[in-house]
Amino acid sequence: MSSDPILRIRDIVTRFGPHTIHDGVSFDVERGEVIGVVGGSGTGKSVLLREVIGLLRPAGGSIELLGEDVWSMSPKERIALSTSFGVLFQDGALFSSLTVAENIQVPMREHLDIPPKMMDELAALKIAMVGLAPEAGGKLPSELSGGMRKRAGLARALALDPEIVFLDEPTAGLDPIGAAAFDQLVRDLQQSLGLTVYMVTHDLDSLATITDRIAALVDKQVRVGTMAEHMEDDHPWLHEYFHGPRARAVGG
Amino acid sequence: MSDTAWMRTEAMSDGWVSVVAGGVWTVAASRTLTEIASGLRLDGASGARLDVSEIERLDTAGVWILRGMMGDLQDAGIDVELQGVDAKHMPLFDLVEASEEKLGVSDPVSKGGILAFVARIGEGVFSTVSKAKGLLNFIGLFTLVLLRACKEPRRFRPKALVSQIEQTGLDALPIVGLLSFLIGVVLAYLMSDQFRQFGAEIFTVNLVGLSILREVGVLITAIMIAGRSGSAFTAQIGTMKVNEEVDAMGTLGLDPMEVLVLPRVLALMLTLPFLTFFADIMGVLGGAVMTILALDLTSAQFMTQLKQAVTLDDFMVGIVKAPVHAYIIAMVGCYEGLRVRQTAESVGLQTTTSVVESIFLVIVATAIFAIVFSFLGI
Ligand SMILES: Nc1ncnc2c1ncn2[C@@H]1O[C@H](COP(=O)(O)OP(=O)(O)OP(=O)(O)O)[C@@H](O)[C@H]1O
Ligand SMILES: [Mg+2]
Repeated sequence: MSSDPILRIRDIVTRFGPHTIHDGVSFDVERGEVIGVVGGSGTGKSVLLREVIGLLRPAGGSIELLGEDVWSMSPKERIALSTSFGVLFQDGALFSSLTVAENIQVPMREHLDIPPKMMDELAALKIAMVGLAPEAGGKLPSELSGGMRKRAGLARALALDPEIVFLDEPTAGLDPIGAAAFDQLVRDLQQSLGLTVYMVTHDLDSLATITDRIAALVDKQVRVGTMAEHMEDDHPWLHEYFHGPRARAVGG
Repeated sequence: MSDTAWMRTEAMSDGWVSVVAGGVWTVAASRTLTEIASGLRLDGASGARLDVSEIERLDTAGVWILRGMMGDLQDAGIDVELQGVDAKHMPLFDLVEASEEKLGVSDPVSKGGILAFVARIGEGVFSTVSKAKGLLNFIGLFTLVLLRACKEPRRFRPKALVSQIEQTGLDALPIVGLLSFLIGVVLAYLMSDQFRQFGAEIFTVNLVGLSILREVGVLITAIMIAGRSGSAFTAQIGTMKVNEEVDAMGTLGLDPMEVLVLPRVLALMLTLPFLTFFADIMGVLGGAVMTILALDLTSAQFMTQLKQAVTLDDFMVGIVKAPVHAYIIAMVGCYEGLRVRQTAESVGLQTTTSVVESIFLVIVATAIFAIVFSFLGI
């Protein structure tokens, strides 16, 4: 069972009107790995993520998440599936009228029967896990900084101890130190919790430090490999991406 | 593979108790887990060996419960030994332990007691006073912006003004007209019924005409517009506040007071008198239809009676209130909109407050007008 990929993406085709965004994208994500998804702006990284988590139906192909076909299940089954993955949206997408602790409790309240006292304790535990100060639990999202909101969003994504989390540009908009700390946090949590992490990112530092493999969207298709393998690739975009001035600074 | 969590205890010869936990110790089983944990009684035992090797699935919630249980036992003076932790679960225990150190379950401020009651009264008084101050401030600021705009008419932003006039005035005509007509019908019906008992049916016309022109027409219109346009002002400005558009305006050198508030207030002050006029006509028309039907009058008789009963003064008494009501509704609507905090919930809250407040103030204004007019003998 554990040798099956946790996410199997097959021949995905995406079209918006006359524009084809993906034309046969296929790759697997293995259990317990951190996979980075890169690609130029507008190559459809966010769109692919929305297709995987069941928000947008692809024009063709299939997506199997945790062994179940995301697009041929009933709405009820999809809700059940949603308890076993977590999503961190680009700007956190926290509910603005709830405190951080209440935000974390939303999935618990919705899907599970947990005594209130334990729910408070678990929320506090998650807040500590993502490295927020205990006081943050009582604050509204608008009272937090961007980096803190990201951490709070991660805490909500981890509320139900999912097997896989999806992160959309988690380090965008953070200062380099904050971004590095966030990378480390993701890596630590991934190892402690045995998580699988699917991360859309533009951040070469993140790619170099925490991903096991990288899926690059180029020419409406995908190329998957380790950072070292991508460095060898002579596709113009990949070459530019992994050998450009910023990449050289990271040092591969 | 069982789908539940379980725990067995077994006394051993050396005074220790063997506690074996197994099954699924995850967040989904939280309720069972808390029941198991609170049901654990090891009175009199000198120590406990907690064996977790039969746990099939474990997550942070499970570890949290296990550690809580161990803590409780230790507090009760019982030694605890943890055994059989799967190597792959070790990092999980470490993580929870590390997080626990940083943990401060911030206990919420207690919400009971006489002290909290007094505190709430204090807060209420404070917020009312500060709100009144804020509103006064807002009125002052608005007046300044208005004066500045008078010097520089370009600042009136004719385009925004016209679009606001359309939204608050033209678009409101059908509902205001229909409602006034119906109110006229109801008033006429009620009065003709009463007057008939004295054989003074014809006075129905007087009373319908007077009440609609002096009070009812303008009041109904103001209440309708408070619910329709005042709330829209709050919601529009409030949503912009949530999206930080209002802040962005400031940085672009635009004055929200001038761009958002001025056109809305002016537009409403211009349209409300016209709407009131329209409401007066429709109300009298409704009254006319009802009296003519109920009292078997001809329309000519109705007109003669109406002409005797009402004067231009009566109409003016009603219509002069309209701009004042408009000012109240628009100012409160915009003020509450700008008070919105950055949450979706506060947009709803301020919108409700805006409608309640403006209707309240409109009625207060009506009462003041009544007193003033009675002094003046109009
Ligand atoms: N709802 C939509 N309707 C029409 N076109 C869309 C829609 N959503 C996305 N697109 C198009 O799909 C393409 C891929 O968008 P996507 O947001 O996935 O890009 P991305 O790879 O995430 O880029 P970035 O790195 O800038 O976030 C874009 O060309 C976009 O215009
Ligand atoms: Mg994107």
